[in-house]
Amino acid sequence: MDAAQALADLTEISSQIEAAVLFDESGSVQGSTLADDGTAAELARAAGELLERSGGFRSTGAVTQLEAATDEGSVFVVSDGARRIAATTAPQPTVGLVFYDLKSCLRNADTDAEAEKPKRAPRRKPEAEDA
Amino acid sequence: MRKLLTVFGFVSGALAGTVLFRRTLARRRERVDVYFDDGSMVSFVEGSQEAEALLPVARSVLAATRR
Repeated sequence: MDAAQALADLTEISSQIEAAVLFDESGSVQGSTLADDGTAAELARAAGELLERSGGFRSTGAVTQLEAATDEGSVFVVSDGARRIAATTAPQPTVGLVFYDLKSCLRNADTDAEAEKPKRAPRRKPEAEDA
Repeated sequence: MRKLLTVFGFVSGALAGTVLFRRTLARRRERVDVYFDDGSMVSFVEGSQEAEALLPVARSVLAATRR
């Protein structure tokens, strides 16, 4: 399953999610439900900023997920190593369910990334040198 | 008739007051819940220094995605 398919499944499963973007720790967008690439990049950049700023409030431990709840809606960010996903919802979403769906999407997209990794060539036995 | 109107006005006012009060209570405070890899969670509510650093970013994201 590629990132686009994982995101398509996400929006199909979760009616609460309005927009979502898959990105990496450098902010590079891997996939998005948004039609506009610029907006997707903006969402990824802001989500990365939220993770970075919230991590700065504590000296120990890394931020794995966050929800910023406002009167206009919520912004969710989930981080799993280098891979990240951010999503927006309407106000008062079912928080646990949204986190669960985002983690599933991240895992599905991650499985694909693992499958796409080139396999290492089997190690060849050193050839016996002729004396 | 006058007594009836007085009672009606009182009941209407009480009902309107109750609805307004409940709506005010129902309004969630803006907040940011942050979860860490050790399993702990910190909630920054609006008005705190941390929330004021994070909530504007979230608001701008929501505005941008709904444009």
